[in-house]
Amino acid sequence: MSYIVTTEKLNLWYGETHALKDINISIPKNSITALIGPSGCGKSTFLRTLNRMNDLIQNVSTQGKIIYNGQDIFDKNVDVNELRRNVGMVFQKPNPFPMSIYDNIAYGPRTHGITNRARLDELVEESLRGAAIWDEVKDRLKKNALGLSGGQQQRICIARALAVKPEVLLMDEPTSALDPISTSRIEELILNLKEKYTIIIVTHNMQQAVRISDNTAFFLLGELIEFGETEKVFSYPKDKRTEDYITGRFG
Amino acid sequence: MRSRFDEQLEVLNKKMTQMGGECESIIALSVKALLDGCTEDAERAKENGGKIDEMEKEIESICLKLLLQQQPVARDLRVISAALKMITDMERIGDQAEDIADIIIYLGGRTGKECRDIRYMAQATIKMVNDSIDAYVNRDLELARSVVAYDDVVDDAFVRVKQKLITMIAENSANGEYAIDLLIIAKYFERIGDHAVNIAQWVEFSVTGIHDE
Repeated sequence: MSYIVTTEKLNLWYGETHALKDINISIPKNSITALIGPSGCGKSTFLRTLNRMNDLIQNVSTQGKIIYNGQDIFDKNVDVNELRRNVGMVFQKPNPFPMSIYDNIAYGPRTHGITNRARLDELVEESLRGAAIWDEVKDRLKKNALGLSGGQQQRICIARALAVKPEVLLMDEPTSALDPISTSRIEELILNLKEKYTIIIVTHNMQQAVRISDNTAFFLLGELIEFGETEKVFSYPKDKRTEDYITGRFG
Repeated sequence: MRSRFDEQLEVLNKKMTQMGGECESIIALSVKALLDGCTEDAERAKENGGKIDEMEKEIESICLKLLLQQQPVARDLRVISAALKMITDMERIGDQAEDIADIIIYLGGRTGKECRDIRYMAQATIKMVNDSIDAYVNRDLELARSVVAYDDVVDDAFVRVKQKLITMIAENSANGEYAIDLLIIAKYFERIGDHAVNIAQWVEFSVTGIHDE
């Protein structure tokens, strides 16, 4: 199996607070990895560390390595913008820019220097198709993206992330603000995206983790307690703390 | 939420124990009917078979409701799916005890006392069913494994019954039909033992996540 991201003894502190403790994990390429655990366990922090989004927070310090494509992403030579192009992110609440659907998708490619209209048209269509929303918006690309429903907005955000041709997509509870129908559309989309991308998703919905992920990582108090095939983790977890959490016996 | 779920699982355990108890009593009743040559007991055994069928349906619907409402994972999932498999074997035990009762009704008062090992088989299978359900409720892996091992006792007794019946026919061929009826009864007890083993293996699965065939 080939791994796209591997962390080695990854530690992170918010000031004095030790938020990630010696995380060692290898994420297989073209797979969906679910990160689960109670609030404050470090799973979102871990997710944000993978494309150095935590750099934007004051007082954060890290130790250890995150090897992505053979290189430590904390290395001085790493271009953070390039890293974030390759490792994209979709957030909990759909956050399209207050501009047209077209411009939302073209935003990333434009910042990376693509100005050719035909090329941009192509990228916009490809990305919207990739996010399974093309048919719904193709006739109103010039309309403001904020006029779409929550589920559509989230797919616009996924299309926006796809437009810069990433390898890895980080998703932080991408369906928690959506109704069941939109949720199921996004889940189906995520499953299809696995062919081309590696997806790492934070979710509080156990059944979602079971439905869509290949592997599951359980975090607790900043530690990675268990990581393995989702089916095994949810049918016969190795660690009692995992069992207690997923069966709702915690606390 | 968890405490409600725990209460529901407790109800499931109670129902499983009750159904196991019904299986034990139907085996006891059928062997008693045989040894006493009592067709009334045989009829009662057949009535009890109906009760076991009803319990199977009831437990099945409890399990389906739990799967739907609680979407169980890990140990909870194994406990509930094991129960669904176990009740099928318990229902089969009930059917076979009924089949034994059916034969007894046509034995014309003969009691099978020539074949003490049949009684022994009945006692052994009662113990196996009892232990396998206890193992399920108490998550007792050792007890479940002892049930699997105990099946050899039943199988050995079956071999002795067969030999005894061959001798019986050889001595007097007029005993042929009677001996074959007893052989079928013994075979049903042997099958009941196998179902108890299946139950014990599902108990093992519910504890360890591994199911041996």
